[in-house]
Order: sequence, then structure tokens, then C-alpha cells
Amino acid sequence: MSAPRGDGTREAGGDGPAGALRIAAAVRAGERSARSVVEEALSAVASGDSDLHAFVTVTADAALAAADEVDRAVAEGRDPGPLAGVPVALKDNLCTRGVPTTCASRILEGWRPPYDATVVDRLAAAGAVAVGKTNMDEFAMGSSTENSCFGPTRNPHDRTRVPGGSSGGSAAAVAAGFVPLALGSDTGGSIRQPAALCGVVGMKPTYGLVSRYGLVAFASSLDQIGPFATSVADAAHLLGVIAGHDRADSTSLPDPDPRPDFAASVGRGVEGRRVGLCLELVEGCAPDVVARVRRAAEDLEAAGAEVSEISVPEFRLGLSAYYLIAPAEASSNLARYDGVRYGLRVDGPDVAAMNTATRTAGFGPEVKRRIMLGTYALSAGYYDAYYGKAQRVRTLMVEAFARAYRQVDVLLGATAPSTAFPIGERVDDPLAMYMSDVCTIPSNLAGHPAISVPYGAGDDGLPVGVQVLAPALGEELLFSVAAALEAAAPAGGGPGAAAPVGSGGPEGAGR
Amino acid sequence: MTGGAPDGHASPPPIGREDVVHVARLARLELTDEEVGRFTGQLAQVLAHAADVAALDLAGVAPTAHPLPLQNVLRPDEIRPCLDRQEVLDGAPEVEDHRFRVPRIVGDAP
Repeated sequence: MSAPRGDGTREAGGDGPAGALRIAAAVRAGERSARSVVEEALSAVASGDSDLHAFVTVTADAALAAADEVDRAVAEGRDPGPLAGVPVALKDNLCTRGVPTTCASRILEGWRPPYDATVVDRLAAAGAVAVGKTNMDEFAMGSSTENSCFGPTRNPHDRTRVPGGSSGGSAAAVAAGFVPLALGSDTGGSIRQPAALCGVVGMKPTYGLVSRYGLVAFASSLDQIGPFATSVADAAHLLGVIAGHDRADSTSLPDPDPRPDFAASVGRGVEGRRVGLCLELVEGCAPDVVARVRRAAEDLEAAGAEVSEISVPEFRLGLSAYYLIAPAEASSNLARYDGVRYGLRVDGPDVAAMNTATRTAGFGPEVKRRIMLGTYALSAGYYDAYYGKAQRVRTLMVEAFARAYRQVDVLLGATAPSTAFPIGERVDDPLAMYMSDVCTIPSNLAGHPAISVPYGAGDDGLPVGVQVLAPALGEELLFSVAAALEAAAPAGGGPGAAAPVGSGGPEGAGR
Repeated sequence: MTGGAPDGHASPPPIGREDVVHVARLARLELTDEEVGRFTGQLAQVLAHAADVAALDLAGVAPTAHPLPLQNVLRPDEIRPCLDRQEVLDGAPEVEDHRFRVPRIVGDAP
């Protein structure tokens, strides 16, 4: 089950046998037990994850107990929830009570949070079953999942290549077919970029739509939790479960009345929708990636959308602004790892020496690099030139988006500039690694939603993702366009790694 | 490396070894000589890329610190469950009398 299929079979969306919606429907109807579904997922992980390394912790006993509880609810006629019995994987920066939450950092190794993240609570309330925690770049800093104290995760489509990052473990777990759903976090592209490189759907919601309570903070004005799935419909359902106001997160948005029905938006089509093919979101990308994006634009036009080219030159400033703002916020957020309240402590003769010894031993090189970059960008004499300028560029970015959205409803572009790159290729070249995020960063800076949809394979046979961007709270629009893309997507590269034989053609989305 | 900015706007000088040593100390990190050299080169490369931003004249542009227009939110002052003290302390490296224990903070008494 872990082997990539490579035969171009496409997962038939949420209605496919392995899709979350199909599983939940079968469990709710009593046709399948949650226990059998979860046992299957656990055995797939046990047999297939030793060489992929998508998971850092597997919570088999707790998962089986939760599955039994779902089955009991079904047997007793209680509502087991909309995701009843669906196995999910959680990025290891989401707090899970009593279960190690490491952020793939030595500094948190062995720490067991005293509370669950709000999204973890909401998944459990919906009947979903968490099977484990997934590998990531340390504190979500990276684009390849190589910056993990546990070692890298491998791409299920080619084990010599990275799965992308920082949520590479979650992306790989879904692409390998271990679980139909996973959660990640996206600060500069950390859901969408690995989704593209692994051939699955990955989505970053509007900032504030999903509670960040219990998400270990990296850059608080940019971080957002979002779904991985094998289909747009499944991703929309998962977002529906985790979205909504939370009094524990002061940046969480109030609930609109009525609450949006993300899943219902999936089948709406794109008739008359204005789609802007954004030139800055394809420039500098590999030719095979550009070709896929252009094909996606043509396919949307054929489906009834009005497609035009649009230029948003401010996007070219995004990478620089992001790599000043995110490290600045990180340097502040990570000050809390001082060896006092949780995780690692390396002793010293006094508190300052203990703080320094702990942080020096506990953080990996990329985290140190970003802490120093952020400290520098915020330091006296450099604040105005770097952090101050970057914040003003953020304003330009927001205004540029607003101008673009007066002309078009959504933007279309590449998710990542290339297909999955070889493990080790960029570890010693931070700037080259940072370039992986060039197409995903603008949405984070503006707080807007965006989604990556698998769109066939590149020249190397590896997955290519096409990205759709929408204005703040434009999730319904985003899912409707994404579903139209999914329905038109060429074979190959997609979530075929998860598709059982004979799961049907690419007709799956939208019902 | 492009070094400074293209004409006009003041661009900060390139980052040097002494800057890296300084920020590492501020951030409570200890670096080996080899690390100072490596990080200096890498940070200089990233900051050189950021020269496009540093060189912009943005005098009339307001900064954006956050994607949302944040406003103060009031709520009723109700007693609600909080984290279990023992469970929190269980995660600490060292605890004494229900408190986090740390090494000496001030010097020996005279």
C-alpha cells in the first residue's frame, strides 16, 4: 500500500473507496467498522513507513480505542460525527495531550503537552481518529523536511527525493495512502508546497479561519493550520470540521451567519468565473511546471471560466519580505525555549549559561540561522532597513492583491517552481531552499487562502501542483475552482500513490 | 552577493563576523568559529537578496504587522477550567515545591 503506483490511476475524489467521505459514510451506515479502517491504516504505516519516515510517533493504542468509541456510537444509534472512523495524521507541531509533540526539534524531545490543540479536539469530536504525528522541518522552518532531528522524510513517488516541507510528513502520509487526511501548518507554503511535490491536495485557509490554539508558534502573523487530502471534496470537508471561532485564539475570526458550507461549494463549477493567470507566479519556474499551469488555464477556460493573464509585480518582493518578517517573529517566539518550563535542559552554572547551553544543544542549524537572521533584522540600527521595510512591503502586497481582485475572481499559478528535488541538494544553500516558497509566500503575507491541486506530472514523471489563490474568506470560490481543475487534471503524478486498483477515473470531484 | 543597494537609498552595510557573534549572544546561542564563518556567509547571502526590499523608498507606506485589522475583544469574566498544575510541571526539566526550578540567577550573597 505504501508503494507509489505510477500507473496514472487517479483517486476518485471523496467518493473513492479510500477517500475520507466514503469511509465516513460507510462507518456511519454501519457497513464498515471504524476499528477495521484504523487497523488497516496502522498496518499500512507499520509495513510501509520504515523507509518513507512520514511519522515520528504512531499512537496505535489510542487510535484503536478512539475507533472503538466511534463503533460504539454507531451501535448505540448516536451520531458518530461527519468524519466517523476516518484516520488522520497530525503534524508534530500540533499539541496532543499526553502524546509527544516535538516540532522535530531536540529541544522539545520527550515533551508531552498538557492540552490538545483546538483542531485536535474538533477532529475527535467529528469522529476522526488520529493515528500519529508526522515528521516536519524543525519548528516548521524549511521546505524539504530535511531539517528534522529525526532525519528526513522521503517522497513516496521517488524515495531519493524530498517530499517538500515543512509539512512533508503529512503530505507523504496522504500520498502513500497511509491516511486519507492529514493536518499541516502553512507559514510560507508549508502545506501547499509539499502537497504539490507529493501529488496531493493541500490548502492554506484564510488567516484566522482556523484556531491556532495549540499550534506551536513559528511566525504568529503568518501561521495557519490547514488540510491535506486526496481530493478537493475531502479537503473541503476537513476544513469545515476544523474551521470556526475559538475563544482560546484571540486572532480567530468571528463566525459568519450562516456559516459557509465549504463542501457544498465543490460542485459549483466555474462558469463565468474570472481567472487571472498570474505571470509572477510562473516566472522563474521550470518549463514543465509552467506548461502544466498553462494547461490548467486552458482547461478552466474550456470549463466556462474567463481566463486572462495578469501581472502583479509586487509579488517579486514577497520572498525578501517574508524572509525578514518570518525570522523576526520566530526569533521572538522561540525565545521561550530556555530550558525552564519544558523540554531539554543542559545545565550551566547560572541561568544565562543554562539558557545558552540548552538552546545551543537543542536547536538545529536552520533554526539557529533564522533566529539570528530575525534577531539581526530587529536589532538596533537595522530595524528600519529590514523589518520596517518588510512590513511596508507587506502593505504593498495587500494593496496589489486588492487591485488584482478588482479584475479577476481568483489567481492561478504554480505552487512550487519545480518538481521534488533530490535529498541533500539544497541543505547547504539556504537561499536556494528558500526559493521553493516563492509562489506560496504572497498569500501568507496577505493572510489569504490558497490551494494546491495535483496537475499531472513533470518531465521527470514527478507530481506538479497548480495553485489557486482567492481573496480573504474566499474559500468557497477557491474550492469550486479547485474542483473544476481536479476534474480536468491530466493523469499521472496525482494522488495515484493512494489509489487502490480500479478506483475509477478522474470523475470524482464535486458530488 | 550584490552588497549595497543600487543608488540612492541607504542600504545597511553587509553583515560581518562580529555582527553574527553579537546576534548569537543576544539570542543565547553559542557558535564555534567554524559556525560563525558559515553563518556569516549564509546570512550575508540572504540579506543580499533582501537588498531589493531594503533599497525601496517606502516613506509614504504604512507598515502592516498583521493580516487582520485586530481589535480588542471583551468577554465576560467567567471562571473556566485551566491546565492541570501537576500535568504542566511534569513537562519541566526540574521542579521544586510546585515551582519551576532554575540554577542560581544572582551571585553569592556577600
